[in-house]
Amino acid sequence: MFEEYLSLFIRSIFIENMALAFFLGMCTFLAVSKRVETAVGLGIAVVVVQSITVPMNNLIYHNLLKEGALGWLGLEDVNLTFIGLVTYIGVIAAMVQILEMTLDKFVPRLYNALGVFLPLITVNCAILGGTLFMVERTYTFGESVVFGVGSGTGFALAVIALAGITEKMRYSNVPAGLRGLGITFITVGLMAIAFMIFSGIQL
Amino acid sequence: MKVLRRFFDKQEKHFTSGGKLERLFPLYEAVDTFLFTPDKRTEGPVHVRDVIDLKRTMMIVVYALIPTVLMAFYNTGLQANLIYQQTGLPGDLPWQAEVIRALGVGFDPSNLLANVLQGALYFLPVYIITLAAGGFWEVLFASVRRHEVNEGFLVTSLLFPLILPPTIPYWQVALGISFGVVIGKEVFGGVGMNILNPALTARAFLFFAYPAQISGDKVWVAVDGLSKATPLAKFADPVMEVTASWWNAFWGFIPGSMGETSVFACLIGAAVLVITGIGSWRIILSVVIGMVGMSLFFNAVGSESNPMFQLAPHWHLVLGGFAFGTVYMATDPVSAAMTRGGKYVYGLLIGILVVMVRVVNPAFPEGMMLAILFMNVFAPIIDRIYINRNIKRRLARNVV
Repeated sequence: MFEEYLSLFIRSIFIENMALAFFLGMCTFLAVSKRVETAVGLGIAVVVVQSITVPMNNLIYHNLLKEGALGWLGLEDVNLTFIGLVTYIGVIAAMVQILEMTLDKFVPRLYNALGVFLPLITVNCAILGGTLFMVERTYTFGESVVFGVGSGTGFALAVIALAGITEKMRYSNVPAGLRGLGITFITVGLMAIAFMIFSGIQL
Repeated sequence: MKVLRRFFDKQEKHFTSGGKLERLFPLYEAVDTFLFTPDKRTEGPVHVRDVIDLKRTMMIVVYALIPTVLMAFYNTGLQANLIYQQTGLPGDLPWQAEVIRALGVGFDPSNLLANVLQGALYFLPVYIITLAAGGFWEVLFASVRRHEVNEGFLVTSLLFPLILPPTIPYWQVALGISFGVVIGKEVFGGVGMNILNPALTARAFLFFAYPAQISGDKVWVAVDGLSKATPLAKFADPVMEVTASWWNAFWGFIPGSMGETSVFACLIGAAVLVITGIGSWRIILSVVIGMVGMSLFFNAVGSESNPMFQLAPHWHLVLGGFAFGTVYMATDPVSAAMTRGGKYVYGLLIGILVVMVRVVNPAFPEGMMLAILFMNVFAPIIDRIYINRNIKRRLARNVV
């Protein structure tokens, strides 16, 4: 049991890295990688939101949406998976809102540290992608917790590494036409090559 | 020499600003400083200046690579001749073997000259193509962007053929080095500004784009269509029998990429790099420590289905590109971590990753190049953590 969770955790961080293996969440990934401090903020926010929303959506999927999940209401043959996408987005948006208000009230320091990133990642496709992967791969509740934390950590790792490289590239002399996003795209591609070290590992 | 110097001085006016060939100044400058010492002197007030500059740094790396180049000549020929001795000469020989036959040197694996000559016929074309294709991009970028052609390219262009298998198609060599030089280095501004090692970038690009020509069993010996696995691949495969002895692997008489088989040659190079202070002994040491620790860990865990778990550390040391990568690639001063503590972390993680990939990743038998690339990505972050720690410590010390 523990071994399975561990292998899922490592797989979701490195092998199936949200940003560098699936290229999900690119907009925030590219936009928030200029400074390491902000990248760390975004990374923490993604980890927090991901590890709350994936298990949350897992519960909703298994207890409300899945075919026959409404059996306890006497509605055995109702299949609500077609409203899955809307539901997940709604859950993510609501969770982010609640989280934001809670943090603002009780942990203002963390709230200030996360700043604008918290509302920003409502529309981060890595977050929705995590939930959809969870549904597609039929994770159990325990697995979905591990997967949520793992995939969030993977995204955070990638965005922090990219920010480190971008900061180092202040000293680079990039051709004028490639400055900004152009060189960042090339860097991300090179990073993805480096991350392919893990592709093929069977855990 | 004087005639040559006078010739250069005469030509210089065409290349300096206002001359006809102004755009090609980097090319002129490169040839000039390659043949003579640069005549730049610092002007102005007092300054401290070390005698070591980028040019000299890079040339020392090139010197340190010479033993591995000699081994590439010898071993590539040796491996081919061993096969010819076993199976007899096939009907359609590769052109290198035709040349050898025409010269009348013969195919005796115990004949030093025959081995070296045949190996040279495999290595030199690849090297020349690397120089030509990579040099074209270097000069193009240098001319357009008005920076100098740098000796760093000599290192990249020597490293790259050494980590290729002898049977690599020539067009792939040109494509690979073009990718390495342009995307790996020049788009970031040239030598010293890249984030990944250009030679490794080129190799990794070829590895993922054309896996058939750069991995597997058929590519390691310079004889067409013959499959002979590297000892590393044999360890991974429970069916195959390992024929190489440890000392053979240490001296480098095993199939593999052209320049990376000999640990002995790499040790000579390591000595040169460490004594001159160009390669960081901290990185070399910590890569080895990481490798030993991780392989001992895997030995202790053990596995019934995967024979790689049992591979002892001293075998990890001599097989594949571990020694070559540790000495020449991991210590690359541009893409490695630069802080003292960061170097240890960087090296340790490379060592750990290599063994991990070799043991648990069935997709790649070899992990050295990818492990270094992966840590290149994280080197800036490691550095940053150490620099920030240092700043904090000093601030705490200086509280009034």
